[in-house]
Amino acid sequence: MTDMKSSPAGRSGAAAPAPDPASAAPGQTATTDPLGAAPALAGRRRSEMLYFALRNPKVILGLSVIVAFLLFGLLGPLFSEFGPRERNAGPLGAAPSSDFWLGTTWTGQDVFTQLAHGTRATFQVALMAAAISAFIGMTMGFVAGYRGGRLDEILMMITNIVLVLPVFVVVIVVTAYLGISNTATQALVIGLFNWTWVARAVRAQTLSLRARDFVDLARLSGVRTLSIIRREIAPNMASYLVMTFILLFAGAIVFAATLDFLNLGPRGGMSLGLMLQQANQQAAMSLGLWWWFVFPGAAITAITGSAYLTNVGLDEVFNPKLREM
Amino acid sequence: MGRYLGRKGLIYALTLFVAVTINWMLPRFMPGDPISDMVSRAGLRDPEAAARMQAYYENLFGLDVPIWQQYLNYWGSLFSWPPDLGISMWSFPRPVGDLVMGALPYTLALLIPAILLSWYVGNKLGALAARRKALDNTVLPVSYLLTATPYMWLAILLVWFGGMQLGWFPSSRAYSGNLVPEFSMSFIGSLALHWVLPFLSLFLVALGGWAIGMRNLVIYELESDYSNYLGALGAPPRLIRKYAFRNAMLPQITGLALQLGVVLTGNIVTEVVFNYPGLGLLLLNAITSTDFFLLQGIVLFVVIGVLICNFVIDIVYVWVDPRTRTGLQGASA
Repeated sequence: MTDMKSSPAGRSGAAAPAPDPASAAPGQTATTDPLGAAPALAGRRRSEMLYFALRNPKVILGLSVIVAFLLFGLLGPLFSEFGPRERNAGPLGAAPSSDFWLGTTWTGQDVFTQLAHGTRATFQVALMAAAISAFIGMTMGFVAGYRGGRLDEILMMITNIVLVLPVFVVVIVVTAYLGISNTATQALVIGLFNWTWVARAVRAQTLSLRARDFVDLARLSGVRTLSIIRREIAPNMASYLVMTFILLFAGAIVFAATLDFLNLGPRGGMSLGLMLQQANQQAAMSLGLWWWFVFPGAAITAITGSAYLTNVGLDEVFNPKLREM
Repeated sequence: MGRYLGRKGLIYALTLFVAVTINWMLPRFMPGDPISDMVSRAGLRDPEAAARMQAYYENLFGLDVPIWQQYLNYWGSLFSWPPDLGISMWSFPRPVGDLVMGALPYTLALLIPAILLSWYVGNKLGALAARRKALDNTVLPVSYLLTATPYMWLAILLVWFGGMQLGWFPSSRAYSGNLVPEFSMSFIGSLALHWVLPFLSLFLVALGGWAIGMRNLVIYELESDYSNYLGALGAPPRLIRKYAFRNAMLPQITGLALQLGVVLTGNIVTEVVFNYPGLGLLLLNAITSTDFFLLQGIVLFVVIGVLICNFVIDIVYVWVDPRTRTGLQGASA
């Protein structure tokens, strides 16, 4: 979604004092011995990062909320004896009570059950979509940035075209024709269209790393291009890639929820966006059944908001300049 | 400058080409046949009547000529005036162009104020928050909360709270059902009242993103060498902040172009929630009634609209950033 929701934080992440892997420590040391000393140093650096990450309140809070929702999605359905679409599971339109923790819908479906199943589906779609977008975007960015020349021009032209395209509207047409049948297809469609800013950001980072001595040295010693990208360039921007994935994850959640809200999601399943769609369509607002639409929306907001928060925290961890301690 | 705009123009031309081609290809190469669906929905018993109906529709939608001819005709119909976007099946036999034109004013009335105001207010708010601890501690969390909120949820909450609980504003349609569109006080008043909640929903979500972006950018600029140097020279903080703000504006202008798609998406779902008769609601109707011609017409219209907006933003950028005019650096294409 578009680059959907990913862009607000994504853009600021890229423009503002983003983590600057190029200036990070391993660069200089690796010059002397690109293969020997690096692993030990990288290991120390990793544990140092972990040390700061586990002491950053934003990272802790953000990750806890995400993990809590993940556990809820995984385990929640086990605590329910109903199906997510099972009608007349309880009284019609009942407020939250000890029997029905989050109330019931107008047709007597259990909101708790729907929320648990919906959270599970949301995580599934978002993780798959983020992985696909990350793969496409990073591949494009690495290749364009490292190879340069004509290939760079072509790849960036493709990226810019998809960037200008109102992606969500295109995805609507594609899904309307395809008729999404399962979460994997939905994730694939989202992933295929939601990678542009990743490609541009990764390319920019790769361009600055490519000019480094240790990359030249690796190239001189005959290391293959793929290995250079994998072992010399990618590790030096690992922090950036992690943050990219988190933003893609948050963006995919909103993207999928919006598709589901337009009833373009997988048939027969349950998701947070679909709950909102059903609540809106069956006029939960005028019926006053607030629990029907407040909980799923709050879940989406909490997950995406926590992802943004984690990202800000990680920015501080990876970029010592931003640390407040 | 010519080179900069020329490069942008090339990208937009290619984008239009890709969009039109995708739009044209989808119904022809995807599994499923909209015409057959339509014929079978008619429920004709007599196979000969069904065949005749199929032939009639294929002729009507120009599907009875070779495939390359269809493609050329498609382009030709777009460049004719008024553009021929086909005939809607959802409200047969009205032309798609008429339906889109009828919905467009409502969408623009929501989108343009929401985009411009959220951009302006968000930038001001973000710049104020930067480096003012107390303000930052409230503006930033609220902004993150807003930007994490899905458009449809905020819209639903506004319908429920502002429309149902408080009853301050009507929460469905663009004007009262008992009025007819005319130029009178009562109609315009009703229009304005119905506009408030959908506008707020679009405005608030977009606001958060702009405020965060501006805050980060201003902090970045305030830490840069020229700001430190100005400070060392004894320039008043007001002046430094002014320079920082102006430099931080540039990425925000580029961001405006990047955010168009997001706001558009927000507009679609907001219109669906508020039953607001713009392009978004039309799009939903096209989806639910599998009216592919209407769907394609809307998509094409949206793509062209986005491209025009992008071009306008590019021109503004050239005007604001002198580096693009002298062909130095500035915005990357």
